[in-house]
Amino acid sequence: MRHEQHPLNADRASIMTAAKTDEPLVRCENIWKTRGQNLVLKGVNLQARKGEVVCLLGPSGAGKSTLLRCINAIELADRGLVHVDGVPIGCALRNGSHVRLSESQLSRQRADIGMVFQNFNLFPHMSVLSNIIDAPMRIRRETRAVATNRAYELLRKVGLLDKAGAYPRHLSGGQQQRIAIARALAMQPKLMLFDEPTSALDPHLTDEVLDVIKELAATGMTMIIVTHEIQFARDVADTAAVMSDGAIIEIGPARDVLSRPTDPRTRTFLARSLPDHQQQAV
Amino acid sequence: MNAHPAMDTTGTSRDMSKAPEIIHPPRLGRWIGVILVGTVMAWIVYQALTNPGFQWDVVGRYLLDVGVLKGVAMTLQLTAIVMIVGLLIGIVVAVMRMSGDPLLIFCAHAFVWFFRGTPVLVQLVFWYNLAALFPAIEIGIPFGGPKFFEIPATVAISSFTAALLGLGLNEGAYMAEIIRAGLMSVDNGQSEASKALGHKPWHTFWVVVLPQAMKAIVPPTGNQVIGMLKYTSIASVVALYELMHSVELIYSRNFEIVPLLIVAALWYLFLVSILSVIQYFIEKHYSKGWQGQDDRGA
Repeated sequence: MRHEQHPLNADRASIMTAAKTDEPLVRCENIWKTRGQNLVLKGVNLQARKGEVVCLLGPSGAGKSTLLRCINAIELADRGLVHVDGVPIGCALRNGSHVRLSESQLSRQRADIGMVFQNFNLFPHMSVLSNIIDAPMRIRRETRAVATNRAYELLRKVGLLDKAGAYPRHLSGGQQQRIAIARALAMQPKLMLFDEPTSALDPHLTDEVLDVIKELAATGMTMIIVTHEIQFARDVADTAAVMSDGAIIEIGPARDVLSRPTDPRTRTFLARSLPDHQQQAV
Repeated sequence: MNAHPAMDTTGTSRDMSKAPEIIHPPRLGRWIGVILVGTVMAWIVYQALTNPGFQWDVVGRYLLDVGVLKGVAMTLQLTAIVMIVGLLIGIVVAVMRMSGDPLLIFCAHAFVWFFRGTPVLVQLVFWYNLAALFPAIEIGIPFGGPKFFEIPATVAISSFTAALLGLGLNEGAYMAEIIRAGLMSVDNGQSEASKALGHKPWHTFWVVVLPQAMKAIVPPTGNQVIGMLKYTSIASVVALYELMHSVELIYSRNFEIVPLLIVAALWYLFLVSILSVIQYFIEKHYSKGWQGQDDRGA
């Protein structure tokens, strides 16, 4: 199975037909968040249509990850609303005020949103297969047979069919991250969030992960990706949003933002992030 | 830079006989150690065989005595129940401590502070004499409210319940700290990943965090079980018929104190040895996923 260079290619035909609509799947409105004394998000607005790929870029400490974590309520915003598929995330409207949901109500909302972390966070005490089938069986009440079938299908797509019985510790970082993507996809989410998926990887392992994400983008999955890989963002993103100091300073079609940035801070950031041979394009 | 002409160009030389062998220096200190330890052990064996005070015939007679066996059974039973109670209390208190809720954290702190801060012996005697403080144990609304259930304290508190309460609550306080340390050893990303998948808080704790914490919890808990097995002997002060109390009763009649203490010691030694073996297998079970060679990138 290892010979397959682009394991998702088979699906491409059906993928391309998935039309992008104008209905926003994700709508972040005026998000404010403090952590201790620091204002980490200062009234952020962000939208993602169905099937759109949004890349969040910007220097570290800009609030990109925090914004991403507010979208699946791993962190809760102090003010402002996140809607996913029309449903407010993390709170419910009661008697005209927005009331926080309980942890178990939050878990129901999170089940529909996949998330991939910088440090993979696979469960080390479970085999690769258990990592993938545990949540579908426990949360979606799928039978073992159904969950296992889908797990093998996903493992084939990320090119790791032979690793079902392995434990995460015995896999390379790139393999672990591909398993983590398969684990998130096993819940059949309507939205995927990636929090710097290649930042913890050796440079020669990033491509195998980025390829999987690119193939996934081609399937029409709505994705919001925090990344430092400018070239990858150019390749995969429909929209690029550049954050700095808790706010989005520039947003627009990825090609424009990453090639002809208007904000001087974006220019400085891009100049610092790109290797020399790519800077001429800017 | 080119390789030295005498060397293979790949930097590998295939002739093992040319590589100087590394030998160990003579270990004089070890030989002196062997003689010292050997002498001490020979003396112990000699004493055990020749000193008439040990009275091995008496030891042999009482080792499998019905009274002693009953004591062994009670010691095992009490240890098991106390550890289960301690473990459950420990989990609850540790989770309360880490919940982030100020009221729960306060309660957990207060519990650990009190039960770890007072001697078990005092707690044991206190529970045994609970009737002096509360003649009747009632369930109802305090400060003069209605009562739903009532039982005389002298009936409710036997030697066994006093030992169970005293040892169990104390053990719970210690286990809470052990479990808390174990839970803290699990990376925060694990519970985040579990939450992100949509697991309920209970599942995140039970399926993801606790199994990983077990790796850090099991060794000190094994230590606690072994300690508790012997610590149950303290329940002899409230006249509970465990191993220590059973030999006490025998030597208070026949005055064969030393051989009967040897009987008790042999039993404790035997039971602890079995527990150590069990601990080894439990540790092996919970190190799943961490075993084996680190063959990264295979």
